[in-house]
Amino acid sequence: MRIGDYKETYAADEAIFRTPAVRVWMGALGATMLVFPFVAGDYLLYLANLIGVMIIGALGLNILTGFTGQISLGHAVFVGVGSYAAAIGATRLGLPFYLCIPLGGAAACVAGTVIGVPSLRVKGLYLAIATLSAQVILEWVFSNWDSVTGGIRGINVPPATLSGVSLNTDFRVYFLIYAVTAAFTYFARNLFRTRVGRAFIAIRDRDISAELMGINLFRYKILSFMVSSFYAGVAGAVWVYFAKVVTPEYFPLSLSIQFLAIVIVGGLGSIQGTILGAIFMTLVPELLKAGTEAVKPFFPDAMSYLFPLRDILFGALIVGFLIFEPHGLAEMWQRVKRYFALWPFRS
Amino acid sequence: MEDFLQMVASGVVIGGIYALIAMGFVVIYKATGVINFATGELMMLGAFFCFTGMTAAKFPFAAALLAAAMGAAALGALVERVVLRPLMGKATISVIMVTIGLSSIFKGAAQLVWSGDYRAFPPIFPRAPVRLGSVVLPSLQFYPFLIALASCALIALLFRFTRTGTAMRATADDPLAAFSMGIDIRRVFSLSWSLAAVTAALSGVVIGTMGGISPQLGAIGLKVFPVVILGGLDSIGGALLGGFLMGILENLAGGYLDPLVGGGIKEVAPFLVLVAILMVRPYGLFGTREIERL
Repeated sequence: MRIGDYKETYAADEAIFRTPAVRVWMGALGATMLVFPFVAGDYLLYLANLIGVMIIGALGLNILTGFTGQISLGHAVFVGVGSYAAAIGATRLGLPFYLCIPLGGAAACVAGTVIGVPSLRVKGLYLAIATLSAQVILEWVFSNWDSVTGGIRGINVPPATLSGVSLNTDFRVYFLIYAVTAAFTYFARNLFRTRVGRAFIAIRDRDISAELMGINLFRYKILSFMVSSFYAGVAGAVWVYFAKVVTPEYFPLSLSIQFLAIVIVGGLGSIQGTILGAIFMTLVPELLKAGTEAVKPFFPDAMSYLFPLRDILFGALIVGFLIFEPHGLAEMWQRVKRYFALWPFRS
Repeated sequence: MEDFLQMVASGVVIGGIYALIAMGFVVIYKATGVINFATGELMMLGAFFCFTGMTAAKFPFAAALLAAAMGAAALGALVERVVLRPLMGKATISVIMVTIGLSSIFKGAAQLVWSGDYRAFPPIFPRAPVRLGSVVLPSLQFYPFLIALASCALIALLFRFTRTGTAMRATADDPLAAFSMGIDIRRVFSLSWSLAAVTAALSGVVIGTMGGISPQLGAIGLKVFPVVILGGLDSIGGALLGGFLMGILENLAGGYLDPLVGGGIKEVAPFLVLVAILMVRPYGLFGTREIERL
């Protein structure tokens, strides 16, 4: 609890960025993000874009799993639906990207509703298994519905163009991705200050109590599923403009698990945690790769250990966080902040 | 008709293996309420234990199988003690994710130790195909199937008639009551994981002898979900029956529907059935219907 934290107006109480310090830091972050692409190399830009897409997708999953308490093991296929919808919109319908991205979101939202209606009649473990089936079934649809998805060859997508400028490099796509990421982060942050968002949290904390308080469980669960799939679809659509191609093998069960891992490592029910988790879970494998490359002169076959090691590290991170740090990176960050709040007047 | 019988026969064979995998899964769920996503990887490790016993240590098959079972039992107990116990009573998502994390670790470890290559099991069974009436079964399906069947029977009997099995069932029924009757619940939890790991190892060996092994073998573990949902998550008998039904269904779907939809329906059909079951009867054929009380 901070000392001297007085709110004198309603505006101050409702502000998203509550203190001058936060506003300064957010400004600094924004400035850094703007300058970053001008100084970063291709590789860093690629990673940054990947992280941006993962943030959007993981935010969606955190809304569903972290805030509403509904487990989804099929998040990746909703990303896939968004990707395919955007790709089809861009190629066959010739739509511009600013229509394709919402189209991807809307398509995923529809898919989410279709799958959510039967799935949400069950809960907990059963829901996990129902969404797992959605993953398997939709993955199969992606690779077998040749006339729409292009089968295993997939669909090639032309780069997005904005008033004549083709967003054909990682540098240019960066701005597209982060504009969308920022908007969706802002929306998610605000969602939980509204009636709907509070209902989600109430359902997570105790579904029966929530129902007794007049929250229509099924309606809000479906709503959460829809919002979550919309996020996934947008992530997929943005990703299409980054990767330029969409094929079925981009959306395996392991991507769903990757999203869950981001949400868990970052912190269930934390927007900030989702962002930290997406950064962390994307960078750790890259650091491992760099590490393996660094020891290559001494162990010539180090690279053959890279994939097994990555699997082990991935699993160990999930298990380790769940056992030792169940609230994830968000909680660790809060601890660091609390420590420095009164520094150096506290041990 | 000939085709049909042949498909059903292959379905029964693969179904016996599904049944065995599902039993390991149900044992854990019944006793500890944990959905074990690492079932497939436990299978894969068990198969590799047996394989290593036969190739590196030159054990005969029976001895290698026994050694693999012992290794799996130790691994199961270790996993329960180190990973699952700290999470006892935590949210569903945590427990699900921790087993997913475990499966990733197991897969990586297996690749590290045995490399990602595909290996064939040393020949164990007589080669001549087995003829049952008009149906011909390759020996590599028939004998592993017998092992699977025997293992299923053994585990069902253990569960039904031994003192430990009774303790496990009591704990599954009501942990608190079991505890107050002097049953050591922690021991039961750890034993259930051991038993499940042994079951998984046996099924891994059975599958390995049929089609070879690699660290990717664990992917078949996903098939356990349609089976246990059909049979009922907490029913051993349901797992048995569900395994056979799913095996047959999957083969028939593969045989009759694949030409119509362009392949791969064999992998998806069980999951379509799963969704249908969840909609009409989520507790499965023999599962306990969950009633929420406040």
